[in-house]
Amino acid sequence: MEVESAKLLGAALAMGLGALGPGIGLGLLASKALEAIGRNPEAQGKIQTTMILAIAVTEAVAIYALVIALMILFV
Amino acid sequence: MVISIAAEKLFSIGSFPVTNALLIGVLVSSLLIWFITRVTRRLSLVPRGMQNIVEIVFEALLNLVESVTSDKKQARQFFPTIVTIFLFVLLSNWIGLLPGLGTVGLNHEHEGHITIIPFIRSTSADLNFTLALSLMTVILVQFTGIAALGAVKYGRKFLVSPFQKPYVIGTAVGILELVSEAGKVISFTFRLFGNVFAGEVLLTVMLHLVPYFLPLPFLFLEIFVGFIQALVFAMLTLVFLKMATLPAEH
Repeated sequence: MEVESAKLLGAALAMGLGALGPGIGLGLLASKALEAIGRNPEAQGKIQTTMILAIAVTEAVAIYALVIALMILFV
Repeated sequence: MVISIAAEKLFSIGSFPVTNALLIGVLVSSLLIWFITRVTRRLSLVPRGMQNIVEIVFEALLNLVESVTSDKKQARQFFPTIVTIFLFVLLSNWIGLLPGLGTVGLNHEHEGHITIIPFIRSTSADLNFTLALSLMTVILVQFTGIAALGAVKYGRKFLVSPFQKPYVIGTAVGILELVSEAGKVISFTFRLFGNVFAGEVLLTVMLHLVPYFLPLPFLFLEIFVGFIQALVFAMLTLVFLKMATLPAEH
């Protein structure tokens, strides 16, 4: 395999596999937050703020994968 | 279609290269300064005109900050930093969505064929900016912690004696805390950069696939993402500031 095509494949794999985990995590987070809001609608504001922070931390994992993919492609 | 991970150089003043991200960054900050000085020049007890809008936004933000710190005095202490970060990051995220992104710019010959260096590039899509902002934030967090607790008490969060109650575990946790301070810089930097840069790449790719109609929903998505990322950056800063002012738990 040529180096160029291996690079393209590597970047695609890094991003695709790297998005798997955070995807599952975000789904779990949103479902639990919705459940919590459903049980206790008054606490919506508090749950929302905490959820957004947790989402940011979860999403960072996917961003790391993106950075690796970009590094494989461009650096 | 050319995707450049670094900000492109437009021209240089002496030996100092002026990139498009730098140009937009200066533009955004001067816009903010101009707008706020114009509004605050004629403050009145009964607000009129633009003062209304600024007051609504700032009051909502102050309530948000107070709900996290649960301390009125501390909220007022952190408020200027948090809101400056929020407004600046928000505006620099959104300015990359203006029409003309990647299409209006200088001609540039690159490896035989002519490409365009765009004038508009979101400041947050430049790694230098996000790195500088996150370094500033994390250093500020350290200083706030030292100012609130004193150097010795703050240092005890990281350097725990192995002869006290939780013994070696406490020391190991302290070292982990120290490493996570450096990790904060990395995750701050790449979260903002990755989100905004990926958004710009997504818009460019969609524009090349099906022009006019397909990019529209993605533009809405990017407006949302830009807001969320600015909010996340500001809120995480706030939470870290708050955590730094709390004494170590035992």
